Amino acid sequence: MNEKKRINRGYVVAGVDVGGTFTDLILIDTGEGGRVTVAKTPTTPDNQSGGVLAALAQSGTPVEDIDLIVHGTTTTTNAVLERRLARTGMITTRGFRDVIELGRRTRPQPYGMTGRFVPVIPRDLRLEVNERMEASGRVRETLDDAGMRAAVQQLLDAGCESLVIHFLHAYANPAHELRAAEIAREMWPNDHITMGHALLSEAREFERGVTAAVNASVQPILQRYVRRLADELNAQGYLRDFLMMNGNGGMISARFVTREAAKTVMSGPASGVMAAAYTAERAGMPNVITYDMGGTSTDVALIRNARPAVSNEIEIEYAMPIHVPMVDVQTVGAGGGSIARLDDAGLIRIGPESAGARPGPISYGRGGTEPTITDANLVLGRLNPNRLLAVDNPIRIEDVRTVFAERIGGPAGMDGTEAAGAVLRLANTKMAGAIRMVSLAKGHDPRDFALFAFGGAGPLHATALARELSIPKVLVPARPGITNALGCVVADLRHDFVRTINRPVTEVESATIRAVLTEQAEEGRAQIDKEAVRPQQIDCVHSADMQFVGQTHLINVPLPSLEVTGEQLQALFETAYFARFRVDLKEIRANLVNLNTSVIGRRAPVDLARLIEPDGRAATLDEALVERRNVWFAGKWLDTPVYARERMPLHANLSGPAIIEQMDATTVVEPGDRVSGDVDGNLIIQIGSGR
Amino acid sequence: MTTLDAITLSVIEAGLNQVCDEMDIAFSRSAFSPIIAEANDRSDGIYSAQDGSLIAQGIGGLPVFVGVMHYSTRTIIEMIRDGRCLPPEPGDIYIVNDPYLGGTHLMDVRFAMPVWRNGAIFCWLSNTGHWPDIGGAVPGGFSASATAVEQEGLRLPPVKLFRKGELDPQIQAIIFSNIRIADQRIGDIKAQAAALMVGQDRLFELLDRYGDETVVDAIAELRRRAAEQMRSRIATIPDGTYRSTAYVDSDGVVNEPLTIALTVEKSGDELTFDFAGSSPPCIGPMNSVLATTYSSVYLAMRHIFPDVPMSAGAFEPLTIHRPEGTFLDARYPRPVSGCAAEVSQRIAEAVFAALVQAIPDKVTAAPAGSSGNFGLGGHDPERGRDFVLYQLSGGGYGGNADHDGLSNGCSTIGISKSPPIEIMEQNYPILYRHYALREGSGGAGRHRGGMGLAYEIELLRGDARASFVMDHGRYGPQGALGGADGAVNTVTVWRDGEAHVPKHLSKEQDVPMRAGDSVSVETPGGGGYGDPLQRPPERVLQDVRLGYYSPEQAADLFGVAVADGRIDAAGTAELRGAVAGD
Repeated sequence: MNEKKRINRGYVVAGVDVGGTFTDLILIDTGEGGRVTVAKTPTTPDNQSGGVLAALAQSGTPVEDIDLIVHGTTTTTNAVLERRLARTGMITTRGFRDVIELGRRTRPQPYGMTGRFVPVIPRDLRLEVNERMEASGRVRETLDDAGMRAAVQQLLDAGCESLVIHFLHAYANPAHELRAAEIAREMWPNDHITMGHALLSEAREFERGVTAAVNASVQPILQRYVRRLADELNAQGYLRDFLMMNGNGGMISARFVTREAAKTVMSGPASGVMAAAYTAERAGMPNVITYDMGGTSTDVALIRNARPAVSNEIEIEYAMPIHVPMVDVQTVGAGGGSIARLDDAGLIRIGPESAGARPGPISYGRGGTEPTITDANLVLGRLNPNRLLAVDNPIRIEDVRTVFAERIGGPAGMDGTEAAGAVLRLANTKMAGAIRMVSLAKGHDPRDFALFAFGGAGPLHATALARELSIPKVLVPARPGITNALGCVVADLRHDFVRTINRPVTEVESATIRAVLTEQAEEGRAQIDKEAVRPQQIDCVHSADMQFVGQTHLINVPLPSLEVTGEQLQALFETAYFARFRVDLKEIRANLVNLNTSVIGRRAPVDLARLIEPDGRAATLDEALVERRNVWFAGKWLDTPVYARERMPLHANLSGPAIIEQMDATTVVEPGDRVSGDVDGNLIIQIGSGR
Repeated sequence: MTTLDAITLSVIEAGLNQVCDEMDIAFSRSAFSPIIAEANDRSDGIYSAQDGSLIAQGIGGLPVFVGVMHYSTRTIIEMIRDGRCLPPEPGDIYIVNDPYLGGTHLMDVRFAMPVWRNGAIFCWLSNTGHWPDIGGAVPGGFSASATAVEQEGLRLPPVKLFRKGELDPQIQAIIFSNIRIADQRIGDIKAQAAALMVGQDRLFELLDRYGDETVVDAIAELRRRAAEQMRSRIATIPDGTYRSTAYVDSDGVVNEPLTIALTVEKSGDELTFDFAGSSPPCIGPMNSVLATTYSSVYLAMRHIFPDVPMSAGAFEPLTIHRPEGTFLDARYPRPVSGCAAEVSQRIAEAVFAALVQAIPDKVTAAPAGSSGNFGLGGHDPERGRDFVLYQLSGGGYGGNADHDGLSNGCSTIGISKSPPIEIMEQNYPILYRHYALREGSGGAGRHRGGMGLAYEIELLRGDARASFVMDHGRYGPQGALGGADGAVNTVTVWRDGEAHVPKHLSKEQDVPMRAGDSVSVETPGGGGYGDPLQRPPERVLQDVRLGYYSPEQAADLFGVAVADGRIDAAGTAELRGAVAGD
């Protein structure tokens, strides 16, 4: 029977992303006339596999008929943020067990002399042994094997399930960590042993130690989750290997993912950015800023030449750095649930308080009483007022308007509409400012990018933000609300490697560079060879992190080939430095800090046009018109057409003002903007001049 | 004020802050010195054309600079009016680092640029960067034994470094002939000037969009509202007089404590700060200049009320009596290198200690409050070169109404990270023997102080000289509401196995060291908050389990008997009863 079905379908891939509120699925059948199915189910926080299986069930395709499942999860992120971690011990060089608790003498905010910090491994489970490596990698004091055994036993007796071995300068010479791990393996009942240098071999003991500690303390949790999900999928007839999204935007087999569990932190945001890079490149926009606005926060990332910016220095919360390469997604504050209020000087403030999902905005009808950005969009006609009827306890829009009048408008003499308009405008100004800071901090002018809007609320604000930032073009993908799940489907296999060199370019042999890069590339290819999925091609991307001698900021310089001399490195760096800072410093030598290699296994392209069912599209734009309603733009009500996105002809053209509604998002087109649909079902919005 | 709606006002406020934030970022990202690029020891702001008063300042600037450029810009404007300074033309940028003309110490070099609109000055943009060297007796400028400002380095009155957009080669030559490692400074000068240009571009965009007059009106209104906001915060403080005292260990030359005596008078919606009774000007470099004293008070108030916008309006309800005749109002030629790093933090501590009595839910017990500056200069025979290293370190924060103090937090006036041990060992001939939480250092309290840091650094090769500019060696950071003081700062230099403790405890210059010798430092813990006997025994047990305190300390400091990893309830009742009954 299975054989018979197979004749009618092609390769079936399911991407499943678990978010804070919803678990999203997208299923693509690559066969002829291939079909796309999407599903959305509530996330099951305690065991995310419940939501995953529910989403698969909702897709209508039997699990046994799916060829490949790719999965993004927040299991590890939540474990770290909520400190629901496996009991983990740490053994360090004598004198340095406090490194992960001391941090680097910081406080959470510039002003206010308070702060709290809970280390991922408590102090009583951090032990020390005699051993010492010098910065050069020379052994100063050999490892005390007996002391190591005693420490391991002590942690076992304390009930630890996972172990970190973190010695100073192990990146320069890992011999002691390797020997210590060998000793520990003889005694440890499982394979949850993380060596500090194993995830990322770079100097900086605090960051490397925290990364290793996070890895070890989420490893058993991720392993249990992956096993349970695999068992449940097995039970339903899916016998193949499934893949997991890593924070670097690449995928890895679920069989291997736990070894470097820390890499799955940030997996969700990364997959959204991967989908954006893929979609935007196909649309001819290799340079985009992604703008993902959800209920509680907004994430922003930069994509240049269709490659998402990757950072080795993500901090997932105060003093919690995870230094493995991850897509550089920055959270910039406000989400739809951010609360607006007047401060005691009579100025409007937005956030940082958020109504979250519960009680949520007033308009959710779950008992929220404070006006939020979502409520402002509703009062101004940008969100469909009929949606109010669909909530648990319907709210009257006039009541929401009154709240704006009373809480925001009052002292300034504004009515509810004007007050909501003021909140929206200020929220947009603030978000635009935050986006500018993210791009400027990386040395880019936002005007050189297009804005890629996704998430439930991204397309509501995107045209206003683009105008504010002088960004000429906005791209709204076919399915803004399930972009992360799409990322699971389009992402490549990927492995990243970093080697610290830290020497002036004049002292580095080109043979050394070639050897390091070659070794890293081979290691990556070997790892991809082990995967169940065969990529179409394998690319190796090499780069160098450099700085001027005496300087501290690193600049990443792409390397054209494996064959580079010190002279060429200096020249490449000076060019990159000038491009970034407009400062020429020829007289100063450059330092080669790290050599990086990314090995990427490219997968077959996915047809995006079917994300919106072609049969559902109407022949003319007029047929897609749902209604006309009054929408507030720049201080006045305009009679505005409202279109159903799924009904719009693929290549529709229209001018703002307009509202485009679809199941998972609402797009606002401001007066003066021009919209056109492209072949993949994206909306490309040219921002009009004028404000 | 009728023409300005609330939304325009809010948007212009966000726009002005954005101008400052972008200047901060431009300065840091392109600066050459790690102290600016990494440690963010810099600040950028917008100042009034009339009197230099603060319009807006970037949130990412080093806290110690809150309000400082308000004074330096004012001085430049006055000197131009008096003819003591050349009148500005478009494209000019002034440079100044004179501490007595609205500054801090000589290393903090200010640039100030008038922004021209329609042939008149619309406002000033100014920034400060901490240069790694400014000449003087010792590299880096922190001479602990200087007795006159001339020993501390090159002092520049406001002069035009850029004329009509061009760097003046003559001024540059004077500067470069007087400072160390001059060749790298050109990178910082270009970055500092470029940041002002970035600010000007963004400001012009704002003015073009909203109109100059609207922005002028908004600035005035924002100032009025900031004042109103600060007043409303002050109004929550009970009327009364609050006194406090804080001590600087010594001035580095004369081994006696310097007293900061503060009386804060709260009446209605205003606060008055009076430093009468503080020590007279000192011989060594622990004098503070007036601008630094004022800005230290502003800085402390901002730590207490962090949501009041940074503008001159926020300072209006704060009256600070000029502390004439004290070391907090130093005049030429008093040496001042310690004012920005250490004295400023003692002034802030005095403000905290006074106001924690009045608004205990808003103010913490005293934080470690020292930058912990340890410098080591010497020769590395293996690499055949000289080196100078700095280790800045943190300490414990004070307990507060909601929770314990943070351990190893940044200084009150700073926001910079300390360098990684591994990077320090790569770059210098040193080896850390330990780098650890300093157990038992947090002041006992219902909410205890955070723990300080303990580290020991061994010199591996060659000879070197160690210098220290720290504080709180004599008295620990003050506890509040019955909490105990945090542990004092200690410095020990081990030479040939013999312990050498600086005579001034936290300050000394040029202690000779040889290979194998080491420096051991313990930084202060934070002050405790509230009665330690009210700390829940389980929390004390947890502290013992984590090794923050010994079982003996649990009994002595908190009245909690811990035996075999458990609370001995009877013993605890006895201890607490006995201690409470004393």
